[in-house]
Amino acid sequence: MDRKLRVAVHKFSSCDGCQLAFLNAGEELVELFELANVVHFAEAGIVDPDARADLAFIEGSISTHEEQERIRRVRENTRFLVPIGACATSGCLQALRNQADAARWFADVYSDPSKIDHLDTATPIAANVSVDLELWGCPVNTRQVMATVSSLLLGAPPREDKEKLCMECKRKNIVCVMVTQGQHCMGPVTRTGCGVLCPGIGRDCYGCYGPAENINGDAWGRWLEQKGMPAERIARRFRYIHSEAEAFREAGRRWREKS
Amino acid sequence: MAEPSHYLPRSEFPRLLSVLASAGYRCVGPRVRDGAVVYEPISGVEDLPKGVHDRQVPGQYQLEQTAEPRFFAWANGPQALRPLTFAGRDKLWSAERKPDGSIDFKSDPPEAEPVAVIGARACDLAALYVYDRHFMQSAYPDPWYTARRQKLFLIAVHCTHPSLNCFCASTGDGPRASYGYDLALSELDDGFLIEARSEKGERILAALPVREASAEQIETADREIEDAGRRQVKGLPSRNLKDVLFARLDHPRWNEVAQRCLSCTNCTLVCPTCFCHSENDVASLDGSRSEHYREWDSCFTQRHSYIHGITIRPDTRTRYRQWLTHKVGSWHDQFGRSGCVGCGRCITWCPVGIDITEELAAICR
Amino acid sequence: MQNPYLPREAEIVERIQEAPTIFTLKLRFTDPAAQPGYAYVPGQFNMIYLYGIGEVAISIVSDPDETETLDHTIRAVGRVTRALSRLKPGDRIGVRGPYGRGWPLLEAQGKDVALITGGLGCAPLVSVIRYIVARRERFRRLLIMQGVKRSDDLIWHEQYQRWRQLPDTEVLLAAEVAEPGWTWHEGLVTALFDRAEIDPGQTIVFLCGPEPMMRASIYELGQRGVADEDIWLSMERNMHCGLGHCGHCMIGAPFVCRNGPVFPYPELKALLGKKGF
Repeated sequence: MDRKLRVAVHKFSSCDGCQLAFLNAGEELVELFELANVVHFAEAGIVDPDARADLAFIEGSISTHEEQERIRRVRENTRFLVPIGACATSGCLQALRNQADAARWFADVYSDPSKIDHLDTATPIAANVSVDLELWGCPVNTRQVMATVSSLLLGAPPREDKEKLCMECKRKNIVCVMVTQGQHCMGPVTRTGCGVLCPGIGRDCYGCYGPAENINGDAWGRWLEQKGMPAERIARRFRYIHSEAEAFREAGRRWREKS
Repeated sequence: MAEPSHYLPRSEFPRLLSVLASAGYRCVGPRVRDGAVVYEPISGVEDLPKGVHDRQVPGQYQLEQTAEPRFFAWANGPQALRPLTFAGRDKLWSAERKPDGSIDFKSDPPEAEPVAVIGARACDLAALYVYDRHFMQSAYPDPWYTARRQKLFLIAVHCTHPSLNCFCASTGDGPRASYGYDLALSELDDGFLIEARSEKGERILAALPVREASAEQIETADREIEDAGRRQVKGLPSRNLKDVLFARLDHPRWNEVAQRCLSCTNCTLVCPTCFCHSENDVASLDGSRSEHYREWDSCFTQRHSYIHGITIRPDTRTRYRQWLTHKVGSWHDQFGRSGCVGCGRCITWCPVGIDITEELAAICR
Repeated sequence: MQNPYLPREAEIVERIQEAPTIFTLKLRFTDPAAQPGYAYVPGQFNMIYLYGIGEVAISIVSDPDETETLDHTIRAVGRVTRALSRLKPGDRIGVRGPYGRGWPLLEAQGKDVALITGGLGCAPLVSVIRYIVARRERFRRLLIMQGVKRSDDLIWHEQYQRWRQLPDTEVLLAAEVAEPGWTWHEGLVTALFDRAEIDPGQTIVFLCGPEPMMRASIYELGQRGVADEDIWLSMERNMHCGLGHCGHCMIGAPFVCRNGPVFPYPELKALLGKKGF
């Protein structure tokens, strides 16, 4: 490569946690700054929001008018654009307002809601501009973001992880918490990538990596319903971090209608 | 059995472990971890699941502790020999890119240590026969499988406590282990009948303080194994379902089971004969090094049948059908037998309790 | 024990852009000792490894008796092939193979040979054409039928023109969408059957292309009295190992990598065209 890869990390409505996948990367962070020209990364102290980039990681959802404008500029300035984390891929918790009376929520929280610039919905990046790849997870981890950089440096986009979490559990010989303990594990409907953090310590997956491909939320819920779980609680399992990811939204809607 | 059998009193059972250890084997056996019987290294008989029973129904697995003296009074756990031979993940090779652009490929040859597995079931040994043919008796023997397999010393324990999901009697693979082991044990309350099947097994047996088993002990052991077969409540419609399954590829049951199936891959990853795996590269951030891995894969994933823009099996119906038509259908053409050994793991570890025997009965009826 | 998964390093000697998305890589093993021991037949494939990214199965298009380079014609459609398309002469990749069953060229000797291809899937058969043309006296009539979606997709124009000049050789081309200047048939490749001379019992047929096109061709051949046993086809499936281990490429019992990719039609008849297999 004749010049260094220009990398940007942008933040929209989010908790900043996904950016820690870079900041907590240790030696790899140092290496990243050697390999790439990091042109914008406010949390790391590099501020140039309109810088042109070969690769931009986008954290956060689009929740305000200002963000709507800004993401369009970032798109124009970026060759390969990668939303990272739940906010950027499905809207995350703030997108719960999409299915509620957002104006009333603002009125409940702020004494003068007219001072708040907000949209009625919080939407993922892909609902606003075209994206080239999505990294799911709440938060994403260092392996995911660095694998994206290294793969692109080698000339190809990284392989997408969209299989069920169960596969990783089985490869690691983790005993199934759903079958042995009756836990309401979302592993069978959740995307892999986290390294089985929760089942690895004996607790149920709560779906923070979002829906896997080809999920069956109806059958998963029916099983738990037979075991005595109320439909409303099943609906809430889907209407949580990734309430606006299509497969979870639809499964949650059907279970709510049943309740 | 017609062969003379030897008797090892329970008090002398620890000697088996010490004899194996002094013969250079690391002992792997059943122990309780996270609510299940798993096969992991054991350091003594105190690690064995003494008095433990398992209760298995579709989608559920529970252990129960009793005061009984037996170590092997349970059917099976989520895995047995599969991860010990065909691991969840193996590094096949690595590559380094030099500054001049050349690539240096390096094979990291597998090194396996001698391992003695205590408590292999008849179903596990039947499954190992399939794996041997697939990975080892191939035009391209798999070095990882072969290295581990050749270092295995297998101690079968004939099954006397089938679970409600077991159906090895129907597939013809159990409950008595009849091949593929070095030593076989029948567990009685006060000790074990022990029988050697290989030269390696004979050498270990010769170092044990055994005496000749009484006719009564042999009769008790045989009866318990036979009872174990009779007690099994599930079964397959026939040992060869190939023709009937391929004649019913449009059976409505495939749609119906797809409404219940999570396509989560668990059945295929606990199955002791499923062999699918994918290969993936993991490169270092600076690209100077890349490692090439293989890991368990499953016909229930989208990626399994993906080829440049086309997914051959895009939905659960075609994926479930692929699994069963292969497992108990086209398997016969590949291996001269069915791929189902009747262990019942796919029934127990299906998070929503789908029962292969019920599905096959409905489709093949 | 030898590691059958381990690639060998090869250098790109030449890169030819055949069409906007199709390119040929001419390769040479960097270890000079590797080349002489490397023998293959047309129809077999190699696993081509792009450093750090992964492997992909690609059929070999060069003549097995020309040991100068090992040629692969590739369509840039997937993650690995698109990245391979950006490689330049001098770049290094990994190669392992050859794998699978190639075309039955011994059985074809003394017979009429019909080579029918569709879409952009002609690469595995171009090696056969070259093979036959170089040994023309061993075979009787040669019929080449090639269909493409758009006339612009046709690669190797000059070669088709050259081949049609050869004795006892018929070339029929078809494009579903013809651009101005296209002198061949406009329509499906299967429409060419009415113009082709096929002598059943004397003809062996090699098919390669999209499965619907191969099925339609098999139907047309059956109508003209060609026996199932005389029809051979090359299949494509997802492959990770190429060795018959990984399980991705099965069509019922056969592993495409090991038992194919070239199959006599009767071996696939029951499942060909069955969705999901």
